[in-house]
Amino acid sequence: MSVHEEARARAETARKGGAPRYHEQAKGRGKLFCRQRIALLCDPDSFVEDGLLANALAADLPADGVVTGLGRVGGRPVAIMANDSTVKAGSWGTRTVEKILRVQETALRLRVPLVYLVDSAGARITDQVEMFPGRRHAGHIFFNQTRLSGLVPQVCVLLGPSAAGGAYIPAFCDVVIMVEGNASMYLGSPRMAEMVIGERVSLEEMGGARMHCTVSGCGDLLAKDEGEALALCRCYLGYLPGSCGELPPVTDARPPSPKRPVEAIVPENQNAPFDMNELLGALFDDVFPLKPLYAGEVITAFARLDGHPVGIVANQPRVKGGVLFVDSADKAARFIWLCDAFHLPLIFLADVPGFMIGTAVERAGIIRHGAKMIAAVSEASVPKLCVVVRKAYGAGLYAMSGPGFEPDCTLALPTASIAVMGPEAAVNAVYANKIAELPEGERAKFVAERRAEYGADIDLYRLASELVVDAVVPGDALREELVARLDLYAGREQPCARKKHAVHPV
Amino acid sequence: MASVRANMAGVVARVLVQPGDTVTAGQEVVIIESMKMEIPVEAEVGGKVTAVVAAAGAFVNEGDPLLELADS
Repeated sequence: MSVHEEARARAETARKGGAPRYHEQAKGRGKLFCRQRIALLCDPDSFVEDGLLANALAADLPADGVVTGLGRVGGRPVAIMANDSTVKAGSWGTRTVEKILRVQETALRLRVPLVYLVDSAGARITDQVEMFPGRRHAGHIFFNQTRLSGLVPQVCVLLGPSAAGGAYIPAFCDVVIMVEGNASMYLGSPRMAEMVIGERVSLEEMGGARMHCTVSGCGDLLAKDEGEALALCRCYLGYLPGSCGELPPVTDARPPSPKRPVEAIVPENQNAPFDMNELLGALFDDVFPLKPLYAGEVITAFARLDGHPVGIVANQPRVKGGVLFVDSADKAARFIWLCDAFHLPLIFLADVPGFMIGTAVERAGIIRHGAKMIAAVSEASVPKLCVVVRKAYGAGLYAMSGPGFEPDCTLALPTASIAVMGPEAAVNAVYANKIAELPEGERAKFVAERRAEYGADIDLYRLASELVVDAVVPGDALREELVARLDLYAGREQPCARKKHAVHPV
Repeated sequence: MASVRANMAGVVARVLVQPGDTVTAGQEVVIIESMKMEIPVEAEVGGKVTAVVAAAGAFVNEGDPLLELADS
């Protein structure tokens, strides 16, 4: 065998991954081999690998259980890390960790997005002294992730377990796409939970993909299989620049063709629910929701307007009346940080009765979570367009980037209503004693008169006259108005050599 | 047996079904009023309504049962 033949043979052996039985097991669970995953993620034949021969002298540790390198997605370079679950269940040894650190450093040096295809049992406990505690050991992965956060997009596609320390890789990414049935994320396994606290629970209940995408908020997108998860990853990256040093990629405009005009979608009765998604569909070229299954009372979505990527924060009156809760404030705050970090203009569509009240939410800290959202809105320096669709009451107005938060414009649909609170609640708050003193028969008339007065006080055209709103826009003219304004505000945002801020884990 | 539970604290404004009715998963069965908004509550699973636990006018907390359903 010539030296060149030896090189080919060694590479071929390493590319095969673990023993055939582990490939069979994975296949049985609907899992692809990590190299197939990379092929599905990247443009054809674009992947270039580093460290294929890591641990090549050990018989059973091809590539030391992780594939790292650079490829292209949609023509643009991305760095990739993919655990190989056929090699010691994708666990981390010394060289695994070193390879992950190096691909992170590559992303840092080249300023390209980093995609983590995670499917790993966690640390190799037998190797812990060489991979856990030191300067260039596992902890440094999370240090690097935090330094990369806000500088380049970081995406986790979770295709299997991410246990204990490994669970922090998704936690430090901007977005986590999980495959239902196979992805899981947990600090202590169900077996440990049973031993320590006597809890008997399934893995799916405790740390499964659906739980994380609907309850904990650790997951952003739930995919039915690996093909869908990787397609979602490509689609997600299509909205973002390669780093904070670029602006988002502009594509051809694709005007929507809604079934109904905007003016038919938004009901005039403030209290009646409607589906905000229908309005989004009528306004934007396309809509890509993030965390659609979590805290559905607020919609956070990437979208394109006339071909330009934007971030949407919209209240959803169809879910919990569009009232803001702890989780919805948290979801919105993180999304706003994400968009601001990567120069996506923010479009707020407000239809919000306010923040929820009551003991349950006070104990959960709704004030500090609401403050977090309002702080994110205040900090964001991208173009901000505030559209008051219907009501914007109380701190809801502030959280949705109302006039006090220096949006580039506050637009009102003719259905807009802006106030400290709605007419019914306001009359009760101001006149409760007076109403109680009145004879029963006079109360209804008194309340109706006060409500009418209140309505006149907050009349939309009075607010326009007082310059609270910058324009009142009929529903069917809203898209054109947004397109024109977004174009004019574009100069506000410039690429930056240094990151603005991390996409903070919240 | 399954319960339809309140998705938000508030007052039951209207119960859209009565005992004996058959409901399907995703059907709106109760309207709660909260924060001056009408909040539709959907049945998560289908079944036959055996009891209305919280009638119109009742205050409910998130998670409280509103209706009881039996497999139909």
